[in-house]
Amino acid sequence: MSALEHVTTSTFDEVVLKSSTPVLVDFWAEWCGPCRAVAPILEEIARDHSDKIKIVKLNTDEESAIAIKYGITSIPTLNVFVNGSIVKSIIGAKPKPALLKELEAYI
Amino acid sequence: MNSSEKVHEVVIVGSGPAGYTAAIYAARAQLSPLLYEGSVTAGGALMNTTEVENFPGFTDGVMGPDLMDSMRKQAERFGTKLITDDIVEMNLAPEVKVLKDGSGNTILARSVILATGSAYREIGLPNEKRLSGRGVSWCATCDGFFFRDQKIAVVGGGDSAVEEATFLTRFASKVVLIHRRDALRASKIMAERAFANPKIEFIWNSEVVDVLGENKVDALQLRNTITGELSTQEFSGLFVAIGHSPRNELILGQITTDAQGYVKVEECSTRTNLTGVFACGDLVDHVYRQAITAAGSGCQAALDAERFLSHS
Repeated sequence: MSALEHVTTSTFDEVVLKSSTPVLVDFWAEWCGPCRAVAPILEEIARDHSDKIKIVKLNTDEESAIAIKYGITSIPTLNVFVNGSIVKSIIGAKPKPALLKELEAYI
Repeated sequence: MNSSEKVHEVVIVGSGPAGYTAAIYAARAQLSPLLYEGSVTAGGALMNTTEVENFPGFTDGVMGPDLMDSMRKQAERFGTKLITDDIVEMNLAPEVKVLKDGSGNTILARSVILATGSAYREIGLPNEKRLSGRGVSWCATCDGFFFRDQKIAVVGGGDSAVEEATFLTRFASKVVLIHRRDALRASKIMAERAFANPKIEFIWNSEVVDVLGENKVDALQLRNTITGELSTQEFSGLFVAIGHSPRNELILGQITTDAQGYVKVEECSTRTNLTGVFACGDLVDHVYRQAITAAGSGCQAALDAERFLSHS
């Protein structure tokens, strides 16, 4: 399993919305191939940039209320939260260099 | 960064049935192939499918991702070196071909097998792009779940459109298949399955001309391809299945392609216009486009590469 923290309805406020650093939430599910493909890349980015950004995972099957709240209709969706608001939304699995470029401002 | 001096016998670019089969054959021929699977595209198009019913040897069908996993392991078993990264640059004309990967490594090869496949085609509407991931999708197996009890549209008339529509009825309350002609291109068994499905409706002779919605898809504007008449229908999702485009970005200008961008190969072979460069799978084939034909052409590419290497 992934080394990244899994957030749930009960921890989402504390871990994501009230975080003092940017948080990338990976909306994913077990059955989604592209989600599995991008997972190790996110783990690498989390490890290399742990001082700047926190990366957490949200299982859209188990935590569907949050997925619905943020209008997720496609996974993986990678939403970056700063001070409780979404500042960046990346949809679909992308290679590491492309992700790093999209996340430039936060890492 | 790293530049190894080693010149590989054969480097295969792209996974999927073509790439993995080429690797199985090249590895068994003791060519120690290096296979670049792609960082997020490993396994290719079949990774986004469910049940594959027509791959010979699987009496009860097989899940697309499981089939790819087996091929991958089979390639590895005979000594293929699998690399989960992208090739980002290729210089294929010289005798020793020069490739660069996404981590900055330079790879040298005496022969290269191109198996980069194809990518989903977009309709090409500005609002389609803006609302992608907000109701517009290219992958029913990834995103269908989020359209539970909703009315969604699938655009297209081929096997993949019909397959997506049928799959989406697991979740949606209604699936409407929009096609610009008055008959499906899909295979008979797939079409009959769709016609018999009470959740699937059809809108014939119509094309999607706009996707409407502020932050999510609310409706589609359609144009009748015969009368030109415009109409608007409410949908909360749009699945686009109008075919594929070859993934040829890295080779355009080096390798001869046809007008649609598919790589041209010498008849009855996988040889491209460049010596030592072979192509297979959906990058070449826009006619058959099956897992089994891709695998077959991957086998041919490995045999062609092997023959080339033994004569040069």
